[in-house]
Amino acid sequence: MGKKIIGKNDIYLIGILFGVLLLMTFTLLFTEKSGNEVVVTVGGEVVKTFPLDKDTVYEIKGAGGGRNLLVIENGEAYLKEASCPDHLCMSMGRIRRVGQCIICLPNMVTVEIVGEKQSEDDYDAIVG
Amino acid sequence: MNKTGKIALYGVLTALAMILSYVESQIPAFVAVPGVKIGLTNIVVVTSLYMLGNKGAMAINFVRIAAVALLFGNAMSFSFSFAGGMLATIVMILLKKSGKFAVTGVSVAGGLCHNIGQILMAMVLLNTNSIFWYLPVLWASGIVSGFIIGIIGAMVISRIPLDENKF
Repeated sequence: MGKKIIGKNDIYLIGILFGVLLLMTFTLLFTEKSGNEVVVTVGGEVVKTFPLDKDTVYEIKGAGGGRNLLVIENGEAYLKEASCPDHLCMSMGRIRRVGQCIICLPNMVTVEIVGEKQSEDDYDAIVG
Repeated sequence: MNKTGKIALYGVLTALAMILSYVESQIPAFVAVPGVKIGLTNIVVVTSLYMLGNKGAMAINFVRIAAVALLFGNAMSFSFSFAGGMLATIVMILLKKSGKFAVTGVSVAGGLCHNIGQILMAMVLLNTNSIFWYLPVLWASGIVSGFIIGIIGAMVISRIPLDENKF
């Protein structure tokens, strides 16, 4: 058994995993919404919030002296410059939908799009 | 094989895993999502899982993660590799023990769990749920890389005439 490269069970396993992937992708695609706020966090703490419909340029001071340049333009947010070595955050592209985010791990920076407050929150606030 | 031979073999395999980690860090990311990797190191982990058994694979992977973090990484990169590597190794050991899957299936589950472990660690460290948006991409890349690594691993295992019972 150990020497066999691939068997029937393995194909089933891969098939099921791909099925779950499709399901997940569709759920995410159908529940997506355009957001209206950009939230910047450093090390899990929110440092700044911007409206998505106003063009802005902001320098984020990340952990360990790192820097990222956040640009909000035409209702989309992206990182234009970064001090981190791999610049992965810059190549993550432009984000505008609720839940989308750009992450710069070396600087511990996240830039996230959030939507309007849920009506349930307001309800809770009144009741509570 | 005596104790000295075993120590030497484990050392050589750990070194090989470390070199593959380094080689892979030199390959630029093809997708702009952190964590999408080929997982070359897993060839060593999968191979040692079948040749040296559970403890061997676990030990080699753990020493490799710690040594690579000390040499090239930092506390952050250690937490990510550790979460991914250990979850992947544990799941691979369990699947192999179940006796229902061949090398490729075990490796696919390992590749997937490696990425899930890293996402969970990122959610904890960055204190955000939004990283979940990347799960589909990392899920797919885990399956594909696990599949490739599984086939390479199976070919390596069938060509090296060592078997678990000798150790």
